[in-house]
Formats: sequence, C-alpha cells, structure tokens
Amino acid sequence: MSEFLRQYLTVAVFAAAAVGMVALMLGTGRLVRPRRPQPQKYLNYECGVDPVGSGWSQSQVRYYIFALLFVMFDVEAVFIFPWAIRLEALSVFGLVEMLVFIVILALGLLYAWRKGVLRWV
Amino acid sequence: MLPITLPEVEWIVLAPELILVVGALTLLLVSTFVPSRRAGNSWSMFTLAVTGAALISTLGLWQEVSGPQGVPRLGLADAIVLDGFAVFVTVAIGAAVAMAVLLADGYLWRERLDQPGFYVLLLLSATGGLLMAKANDLIVVFLGLEILSIALYVLAGFHRRRSESSEAAIKYFVLGSFSSAIFLYGVALTYGATGTTNLAGIAEFLRSAIVPGGVLYAGFGLLLVGLGFKVAAVPFHMWTPDVYQGSPTPVTAFMAAAAKAAGFAALLRIMLSAFGSQRLEWQPIVWVMAVASLVVGSLLAVVQTDVKRMLAYSSISHAGYILIGLHAATERGVAGSLFYLLAYTFMVLGSFAVVTIVGRRGDGAHRLDDYRGLGRARPGLAFCLTVFLLAQAGVPFTAGFLAKFGVIAASVATGSYALAVVGMLAAVVATFFYLRLIVVMYMAADETAAVVDGAAPGGDRGDAVVASAAGLELPPAVGLVIGVALAFTIGAGVLPEPMLDFARHATLLAL
Repeated sequence: MSEFLRQYLTVAVFAAAAVGMVALMLGTGRLVRPRRPQPQKYLNYECGVDPVGSGWSQSQVRYYIFALLFVMFDVEAVFIFPWAIRLEALSVFGLVEMLVFIVILALGLLYAWRKGVLRWV
Repeated sequence: MLPITLPEVEWIVLAPELILVVGALTLLLVSTFVPSRRAGNSWSMFTLAVTGAALISTLGLWQEVSGPQGVPRLGLADAIVLDGFAVFVTVAIGAAVAMAVLLADGYLWRERLDQPGFYVLLLLSATGGLLMAKANDLIVVFLGLEILSIALYVLAGFHRRRSESSEAAIKYFVLGSFSSAIFLYGVALTYGATGTTNLAGIAEFLRSAIVPGGVLYAGFGLLLVGLGFKVAAVPFHMWTPDVYQGSPTPVTAFMAAAAKAAGFAALLRIMLSAFGSQRLEWQPIVWVMAVASLVVGSLLAVVQTDVKRMLAYSSISHAGYILIGLHAATERGVAGSLFYLLAYTFMVLGSFAVVTIVGRRGDGAHRLDDYRGLGRARPGLAFCLTVFLLAQAGVPFTAGFLAKFGVIAASVATGSYALAVVGMLAAVVATFFYLRLIVVMYMAADETAAVVDGAAPGGDRGDAVVASAAGLELPPAVGLVIGVALAFTIGAGVLPEPMLDFARHATLLAL
C-alpha cells in the first residue's frame, strides 16, 4: 500500500467507527426499548398539536424569489467582509473591483424591482 | 500580513468578454425602463451590434497572434491567453450568437416571449464561451463553463408556456450541475497532483517531474467527463436528445453550435497544452469516447421520428468526429477539429433555422410528418434544408465533406486506421437518416408512408399538411441566417482554401 493510500486509511477507520457507533446505539435502543403502539404515536410530528391536512403542501413560489434575492446579498457579504479587512493592501484596484461587483449586483436588484418582483401582491 | 500582488490587466485580451458583458448589462438596464412593445427590433439590433464589436475587437489581433510566427498574448497573471486558437473559437461563437439572435428575433415575436431577457442571457452565455476558449487556467475554464451553462439553463426553459421547455431546463440544470461538480473535482485532483492550476504550469511540471500517476490520471479523467458532458460525447450524452427537443429552437441552435465550440475549445486546450506529454495515457480514453459517440449518435438517430431529436443524435455523432481530431493530438488534428467546429456552426444553425420556421407557432411541429410535402409547398426552404443535411452527411462540395476529411486525414496520418474506418462507416449510416428527411420533404404524402414508421397514409391529411406548410411565415432575418449559412456551407466546400488557412493558422499555445 502506498503512502498516499495509507494516509487515507485514517479516514476509512474513522468512517467505520462512526457507522459502527450509530449502529450500536440504534441497535441497543431497539433491543431494550418497550414497544406499545398507539395510533397517536404514528401521527406526523407538528410541534405537539394534532396535524391538520396532508404533510405534502405547496409553498408560495414567491418565497423562492425572495430566497434568490437573499442569496444574492448573502454572497455579496461573503465577498465584502474579507475585502474590507484588506482594503488598504488592495488599494484603488480593489476598491474599483468591489464597486464593479456591487454595481452588477445592484443592477440585478434594479431589474427585480422594475419587474415587480419586490411587490407582495 | 503578506503584501498582495495585483495582476496586470491586459484589457485588449479581455476586450470581447468585456464588450459582451457591458452590452448585456446595458440591455438589462435599458429594458427595465423601455416597454418592450415600443422597442420593436432594436433589442436584436443592439445585440447584433455588441456581438459585432466584440468580434472586431479580437480580430484586430489575429495577424499578431496567429500562424507559426505568431506571439500569443498572455494576460491576468497568465490566467488567460489570446492565441490564434482563441481568436478562431471567438469567431465561431460570435457567428453562432449573431445567427441565433437573428433566429430569435422572429421566434420571440411569434411566441410572444420576453425579448430583452433572452438577448441578455444569450450575450452572457457567449461571454462564458469566449472565456473558456482563452482560459489558460483550470479555474478560469470552470468560471467560463459556469457562466456559459447557467445562462443556457435559463434559456432552455425560456418558453414558459411549453412544459417540454421546462423539462429540458430542469434536466439540463440537474445533469449540468453534476458535470460541473465532477469537472471541479478533476481540477482539485489535478491541482493536488501537479501543484498548480495553470495549464502552462501543469505542462512544465509534467515535463520536469516524475509523473505522480494515479491522482493525475483521475484528475484529467474527471476533467474529460465534465467537458465530455458539455460537448455531448457518449457516454455523457444522455441529456442531449431531451434538452435539444424541449428547448426553444433558436436556443437549441445556439446550444449545438456555441456550447459545443466552447466545450471543445477547453477540451483541446486542456488536453493538448497541459496534458500533451501524457497523451499516451488519455488517447485510449478519447478513442473510446470518439468511437462510442460516432456509433451511438448515428445508430440512434436512425430510429428517431422527431426532427429535433434526430439532429440531437446527429450532433452527438458530430462530437465523435471532432474527438477524432483531438485523438490525433497533432497540429493537423487541431486544425481539423477547429474547421469542423466552424463548419458545424453554420450547418447546424442553417438546419435549425429551417426547423424554427417549420415548427410553426407554439414550436411544436417537429415530427417527420410535419415535413411532408415541404418540397412542394416551400421549395426554397426544402432546398436549403436539403443542402444543410447533405453537408452534415459529408457530401463533397460542401463544408461538411472537408470537415470530415480533415479530421479523418489527421487520424490516418497518426496511424489510427481503425478510428478512421469507424468515422467513415458512421458517415454512411448518418447519410441514411439525413436522406430519409429529404425523402419525406420531396415525396408526396402516400409515398412517404413507408418511409415514416407508423405514419397513417392518406392523401387528405397530406394535402392539409402541404397547405399549412405553404402558410409558413419566413421573417427576413431568418432568411438572412439561412442565406449566410448556405453561402458558407457551399462556399467553404467549393473554395476551401481561405477557411482551411484560417484553421491552420489558429495555432494553439504550446502544442
């Protein structure tokens, strides 16, 4: 076995240990737990109250667009924080780059706004 | 903290991409303030102008970077390179964009779809393709691949009222994301094996160091899978028929031409520039992919009754031919592949231009049946489609013949006779299904019943189809596309020297 593969042996052992531990815990539970079935125990869990309707329900497609806009600004933040820390080292070049980035993102927001996506009808 | 060294930006090298992006953003901005109805054809005209400007900005450097004496321009810390190869692919993609815009103009009006959004996505997608063509770094290839693909996913689902279009978008998106992830894993493994993602750096490492074996092979194997998906090579072709069939027809045309050109550009550059010294390791893989694409593409096209599906399978077999050029791994092979890509761009756009027209309102009439009697009702359209199909089959005096001849000759020159024979046999099989469509177009209704499986014979219905074919509207822009494609297909077939020289001088950096 080469040195490279031997290093990966650690990963394999770790994975085997993880799987074995879960199997052990769940298996022990299955062996020792009492089993008294009642219909209430087989209901979908919904924060303690009795569930209403089917578990499969549609959610508003509008949430999807909001999620998309959220991701847009979330990713922007991921870029901006490290950039802000090293702003001095990056100097004017970095400033211009970030401005270009923000302007392009803002264009996206502008487009969404003009298309009426931001209005909750 | 370490000081940060900023790369020099070579603006002229990046000019076409910048022009396209700025054009796309301008279009996006303006379109939100100007109502689409009042703008008329100005959206498509603007897109054409932007594409033209991008092409001109890069063609100016052709003399400097091409040919044996050419000096490639490196930019952005060697992450991108402008060589003859990049200029050539830029021209192919630019031509595809321009013709797709002309096709889309009439199509979007006919189908009542959002105009500017389509062109914005088209321009962005083309930007990614251009970036892939001149990427000299695996990360930049990935960046280009994603820009190209994400815009294409949306374009595939652009016809919102057709469920087939959404189906195509979802399929393309899910499978495409997987292939991108696989590509990225290949980049990671290659980086692990060689310590760099720069293509020139990888080549240099492989020349100087002892080859690390397994990890490297896994790396370029995964890169082959990722790009093999984009160019629709067997066994990564499963998405092609469904996506080509479901996408709006102009998008299918663009996908077939530009996405394939960009994918092959990246594939050729990575395999030859970076892994050129490992060719004995990857040539067998490419050999199998080429043979499988040729055989599967040609044989499965024979049983299709939908013209767009048939063209999708034929595009798979065309990918096989271009892979033959890659397999040769010589300058001649690269020139052959490049010429094939350019010829294919025009042939496929011409074919899909006619398919767009015959598709009628709703973009649904794509069965072989719908072409019945086209030769009688619209002899001009039928003649043009005939030329494009014959060119794809590789009939002499068309660009398709020289394209096939180029790659097969390059393959023979390196001694891979088996591959050349498979290529020629696949062309024979392919001729069958191209001819079948031609027969359907020219023969009267009851005669074609035997040709189209399961078609109900009967003169009444045939006459009705002929009557409706006579009413097909042909916007002038689409006529222009068909004319240009026809001129190229026949022109490059009769007078091939200028185009062959163009491909021959499109030198690849460090081959």
